[in-house]
Amino acid sequence: MGKPFYFTLTLHLIMKTEIKTDVVILFAGDSGDGIQLTGSQFTTTAALYGNDISTFPNFPAEIRAPQGTIAGVSGFQLHFGSVEIFTAGDACDVLVVMNAAALKANLKQLKSGGIIIANTDGFDPKNLKLAKYPDGVNPLKDNSLEKYIVHEIDVTKITRTALADSGLGTKEMDRSKNMFVLGYIYWMYNRSLDNSIEFLKEQFKKRPELIEANIKVLKAGFNYGDTVETPMNRYEVKPAPVEKGTYRSIMGNQAAAIGLIAATQKAGLTLYYGTYPITPASDILHELSKHKNFGVKTFQAEDEIAAITSAIGASFGGSLGVTASSGPGIALKGEAIGLALMLEIPLVIVNVQRGGPSTGLPTKTEQSDLLQAMYGRNGESPVPIVASYTPSDCFYGAFEACRLAIEFMTPVFFLSDGYIANGSEPWKFPTATELPDLKVSFAKNDLKEGEHFLPYKRNEKLARPWAIPGTKGLEHRVGGIEKENETGNISYDPENHELMVKLRQAKVDKIADYIPLQTIDNGKSEGKLLILGWGSTYGSIKTAVREAISEGYDVSHAHVKYLNPFPKNLGEVLKSYDKVLIPEMNNGQLIKIIRDKYFIDAKGLNKIKGMPFSSEEIKNKIIELLK
Amino acid sequence: MSTIETKLTAKDFVTDQEVRWCPGCGDYSILKQVQTVMPELGIPREQIVFISGIGCSSRFPYYMETFGMHSIHGRATAIASGLKATRPDLSVWIVTGDGDSLSIGGNHLIHLLRRNFNVNVLLFNNEIYGLTKGQYSPASPLGTVAKSTPMGSIDHPFNPLALCLGADSTFVARSMDRDPIHLREILKRANGHIGTSMVEIYQNCNVFNDGAFEVFTEKGTKKINTLMVEHGKPLVFGENSDKGIKLDGFKPKVVNLADVSANDLWIHDEKDQVKASILVRFFNTPADENPLPRPFGVFYTEDRFCYEDALNAQITEAIESKGKGDLDALIRGKNTWTV
Repeated sequence: MGKPFYFTLTLHLIMKTEIKTDVVILFAGDSGDGIQLTGSQFTTTAALYGNDISTFPNFPAEIRAPQGTIAGVSGFQLHFGSVEIFTAGDACDVLVVMNAAALKANLKQLKSGGIIIANTDGFDPKNLKLAKYPDGVNPLKDNSLEKYIVHEIDVTKITRTALADSGLGTKEMDRSKNMFVLGYIYWMYNRSLDNSIEFLKEQFKKRPELIEANIKVLKAGFNYGDTVETPMNRYEVKPAPVEKGTYRSIMGNQAAAIGLIAATQKAGLTLYYGTYPITPASDILHELSKHKNFGVKTFQAEDEIAAITSAIGASFGGSLGVTASSGPGIALKGEAIGLALMLEIPLVIVNVQRGGPSTGLPTKTEQSDLLQAMYGRNGESPVPIVASYTPSDCFYGAFEACRLAIEFMTPVFFLSDGYIANGSEPWKFPTATELPDLKVSFAKNDLKEGEHFLPYKRNEKLARPWAIPGTKGLEHRVGGIEKENETGNISYDPENHELMVKLRQAKVDKIADYIPLQTIDNGKSEGKLLILGWGSTYGSIKTAVREAISEGYDVSHAHVKYLNPFPKNLGEVLKSYDKVLIPEMNNGQLIKIIRDKYFIDAKGLNKIKGMPFSSEEIKNKIIELLK
Repeated sequence: MSTIETKLTAKDFVTDQEVRWCPGCGDYSILKQVQTVMPELGIPREQIVFISGIGCSSRFPYYMETFGMHSIHGRATAIASGLKATRPDLSVWIVTGDGDSLSIGGNHLIHLLRRNFNVNVLLFNNEIYGLTKGQYSPASPLGTVAKSTPMGSIDHPFNPLALCLGADSTFVARSMDRDPIHLREILKRANGHIGTSMVEIYQNCNVFNDGAFEVFTEKGTKKINTLMVEHGKPLVFGENSDKGIKLDGFKPKVVNLADVSANDLWIHDEKDQVKASILVRFFNTPADENPLPRPFGVFYTEDRFCYEDALNAQITEAIESKGKGDLDALIRGKNTWTV
C-alpha cells in the first residue's frame, strides 16, 4: 500500500498479541457470498493447528434467496480454542458481515465488546434498504454500534483493486471477496495460509487463473492486517491439550457415510444405499457415491418409498440395505419399515432430523422425530433406535445401527439431526482393525432328508436365519402377512398372531443384552440432579454441566445413545438422583418415553426454534432446579 | 443332498400351500402356465425369485417353489429393482395386478421400465379390484359400474401398454389366461429378453368382473376381435383369417384380404417403435364404430443396456482407476494432524 517502512514498524509497536482460550467467530453474508466455504476453510486450518473446534453452519432453505435480504443470510459459526470445545458457542466474539442484512440478522449473537468486521460495500443505500433499515440510517455511521469494536473494510473495492490486472470480469473478481475476509481473519489469529492455498489449487485445478486470483486476494486480506492504519490487536489461541493421537476434521453426514461403509466392509457385505434427495440427508448420498471402489451401490430412487423398498430388495438378496431421509421422507417410508420388520431382514433407516411437522424448517435442526421412530407405524412394530450425539459419533452410530440390523435381523433407526450432520469437529479416528468384526454367515443348507427349511426358527438372539436366493434347498417365501411361527407360512391363527407380536417385541428387547450399559458422562453417580440428554444437545449440556459442577452445583450428565431398547441399567441410573431434567429440541419426546417406562417425574426443558440450545440456557435451568 | 441334477418338472414348482383364489379365477391358468414353463427355462429353482405386491394376483409367490416375497401394495417393482441391482445373477419375476402396478405402484412401474432392469413383469389385468371386493380400477373402461361407482366410473382409463411404451419399455407384450399355448410362448419370450419384459395378461375375475375380456377370449368371438401378431408376418385376423390391417399413412385400417394384395398389409416388426406405438393404441371394443381388433403377442422389443450392468460397470471402473477401497485410507481422509 506504499506506506513508508517506518510507519508500518510504528504500527507493529502499537499492536499487541492477546492470548485467548477460546473464540467464537460468526461469518455471515448472502448465501452466494461463499460463507460456508470461508467457515470450513478456517475450521480445517484451526484444526490442523491443533485447536479443538466445533462448527455450526446455518443457512437459508433457498439456494439463492433474494440478495441482500435478511431471508438470504447464510451463517457459519465456529468455536475454537486451546481448551476442550463441545459446542459451536453461545454468543460470538467476532462477527464478520458481508452486508447490512447479515449485521441485522446476527447482531444479537455478538457479545458486548465484540468485534464486527464489516464489508462497507454491503452497507450502501441499496443494501441498507434491502435489510430494511429506515431511510438514511446506516448502523456503521450512527454510533449504534459503539459498544462494539468495528472494523470497516471496503472488501469489494480492495478485492477489485488486487485483481485489476487479472483479466477477470467484475463478477468473477467479486466472487473472491470471501478469500479477502479469510486472509484477514488468518492474520488476526496468526494462522498460516498454506492449507487454504493447497485447497484453492485443488479446487480450481481446471482454472489456473482462478487459483492465482484467489491466492492473491487471500494474501491481500492477510497483508491488509499488517498494513492497516488503525491499531488492531492480534490474538493467539494455542493448541488444545487434547488426547494424544492422530486427528482429522469430520462432519456428521460424512461420518455417517464412512460408518456405513466401515460396517459393511467389516461384515463382508455389499452396501446398498437407496435414497431420495432431501435436506439435510443428501450429503450422505453425495459422500457414498464417491466411494464406488468399495463396491458401494447408491441408488437415487424415484421417491422415498422406492428408496426404502429397493433397499429391502437388496437386503433380501444378501446385501445390507440402507435408506436415509429426514422427517417427511421417513413418514413416507412407514409402511415399508413395517414390511422389513415382518420380513425380519436387516435394514438401516437413517433420519437426519430437521424442523417439522410437514415440510417444516428444512435447513434447521430439531429432535422431533423420536416418537415417529419409536411409534410411527401401524400395528405393533418395534424398531431399535440408535442416536448419535456429535459429528464424529455419527460414524459409530451408523456402524452400530448396521451391527444391530445384521445381528438381530431387523430394521434399525439411526437418528442424527441437522446440527451434527452439518457441524464438524476434530476426530481421533480409529483404524479399521480396531473396529469390531461383523462377519455375517448366511444360512446354509444342512437339512436332513425330508426336513423342511424353517425360515422363522430363531437363534439365541431371537434372530431368524438370513437365507438368501441362490441357496439350493432353502427356497422359501416371506411377506407382510402374519406368519406362522417357524415355518413363515401365512397364518391367521389368533394364538399365533399374539405369539409372533410378542416374539418380535422380545427380539428388540433382547438387544439390551448386547449393548453397553448407560454411563455417566460427567459428575457423580448419584446426587441431586441428573441431566439426561440424547442426540445433538450433548455439547451444550456438557458445557453447562461442566461449568455448574465447577461452581459447586450437584449435577450430573448422562447421554443416551440407545433409545430403543434403553440400556438395562437406565432405570437404576435415573433413580439415583433426586431430580431428572431432560432437555430436548422438541416439545418433549424422550421425556414421554422415560416417564412411561420408569414412572419418574422427569422435568423437561424444551426449545423448538430450529436452533441448538446455548449452554447458558441449560445452565440457567440447572441453577433454577437446584435453588 | 444328491449332487446329480435331475430335470425339473412343473410339479417341482408347486408348493405345499393351498391355493386360495376363487374357483374359476383366471389366476389358476396363469399359475399353471408359469409352473409349466419354469422347468423349460433351465434356471435352477434357487436362482428364481418371485416378487409381488398386494392384490389377488400377488398371492402368487406363495404358490411357487422358488424364493419369493409377497410385499406391500405397489412396491414389488421397486423391491425387485434393489434386488436385481445387487443380485444380477438371479431370475426375477414380478407379479402384479392392474390396481397394484397402475394405481398405487404406477410411479415405480414407469421408473422400472426406463431403467430397464433385467426382470420380468407379469401384469394380471382384470380391470377391477378383486381383493377389496369389487371397486373399479385405473384400467376399468369409462362408465364401469362397480361398488364404488354405482353411476358408472368417470375417470378415463389407462391403456396399460401404451403407458409402458411411453415409459420406454424395451419389451411389450400381451397375452391372456384363456390361451395357455400363447401365454407359455410369451412367458418364454419374456424370459429371453434382456431388459424389463412387460407382459400384460388379460385375466378374468369371475366374481367381480366376469367376462370383461370374453369377446377376446371366447371361441365364438375371439377370431373376429383379436389379432395375434408375429414378427415378420402380416397382420391378419378374422373368422377365416380373411381380414388384415393396412397402414394408411399412420392410420391403421381394417381391410378384406380379398380386396388387397398381401404385400400391402402391415408386416409386424417388433423392432419398430413407431409402429408398436400404433399397435398398442388398438384399444377398441366391438361396440365401437369400425373397431380395430385387440392385438396379442410381442409388440415391441429393443436392445438397451440394463441398469444393473451400468451400475456394476461403474464399480469396476472405480476399482480400476482408484484401486479397491482401503478402509483405513477412507477413515483417515486427506488432512490429518498428530498431537
